[in-house]
Amino acid sequence: MEIPYTVSTRPDTGLWNAKVGIWLFLASEVMLFGGLFSAYIFLRLDAPPGMWPHGLLNVPVGTMNTAILILSSVTVVLAWAALKMRRYRAYWWYMLATILCGVIFLTVKLVYEWPQKFDHFGAYIKPEALGKYEQYLGNEHAAAKGLPPRLEITGHLHNRAALTDPNIKEYEVYLDPVNADPTNPAMDRPHFLYVPPTHKLAPIEKEDVERATMFLPTHSAYFASYFTITGLHGMHVLGGVLVFIYMWLPVSKKLYQRNPEHLANRVEVAGLFWHFVDLIWIFVFPLFYLL
Amino acid sequence: MSLKGFHIVFIIFSTLLALGIGGWCVWVDLVEGAPIYLAGAICSFVIAVALVVYGVWFYRKMKRLRIIT
Repeated sequence: MEIPYTVSTRPDTGLWNAKVGIWLFLASEVMLFGGLFSAYIFLRLDAPPGMWPHGLLNVPVGTMNTAILILSSVTVVLAWAALKMRRYRAYWWYMLATILCGVIFLTVKLVYEWPQKFDHFGAYIKPEALGKYEQYLGNEHAAAKGLPPRLEITGHLHNRAALTDPNIKEYEVYLDPVNADPTNPAMDRPHFLYVPPTHKLAPIEKEDVERATMFLPTHSAYFASYFTITGLHGMHVLGGVLVFIYMWLPVSKKLYQRNPEHLANRVEVAGLFWHFVDLIWIFVFPLFYLL
Repeated sequence: MSLKGFHIVFIIFSTLLALGIGGWCVWVDLVEGAPIYLAGAICSFVIAVALVVYGVWFYRKMKRLRIIT
């Protein structure tokens, strides 16, 4: 028995099956990401002064990834239009471009952006020990300028064993510029371009530290939100890429030869999902990278 | 909503994002005075215009091909 309305539309609704299915799925996705975005906004609004990191993400890299995703939306819709015009060769090339865009996005995220965070260290200093590390925090300077206090010392952890070995009593950190030269007016604002740690090594005693981790989800509510939302988004991108690869392989050409409209409908549904994933990123990017 | 309709919505949001990034770059440039942000602002505004042009081209093309009726 043939399943009805996989290609032609149902007369009373004007829709074919998969179109209804994908929009129901996307509605559930809106609720999923909507909940996460709400959590992020409330966590941020409720964060005490100095406890919400800012300017830790590389804006040019994020902007490039955003442009890649926008480009991929253009190529996927052109692939679908090519199928509608029965130009399989053009469809094949546009689909390949879409797949490449998705792969580049994921590669940048997994090979560059995330590992850079995993390699960065931050230590929140106990309130009673803040004065001891004034040379790295510059809170008198910050207070004079009406800026929020600096509670964290960040940089490259020289002795990584200190994270796990209780016998090591201090962290040795190659300081980020903001902690190496905290009274420099140029450090009063967050930097949105990547600035590597300096060669200035600072010892931080463990007993003065409230908590210390690499930039992992355990570091702060900020990184917990960042990794959760960008990780979930990345999984969606991966899912989309896998579907596109299937639609790009020769197996889809057989469907095209048998019923080109059926393949066009499949590409449209996958394209709707892809646009939704890209639209999510349009909100993720300014929330995490810019604001 | 079909893919073509969603694509037009997406291009509108992308244009707004490009304008937002441009505005953000102008703001950072005013605060920090770093020329690289001014360059970023100009690029963002150019991209916003390009997205509008593309959106209009896409809509007309779909209509001409009767994919948008």
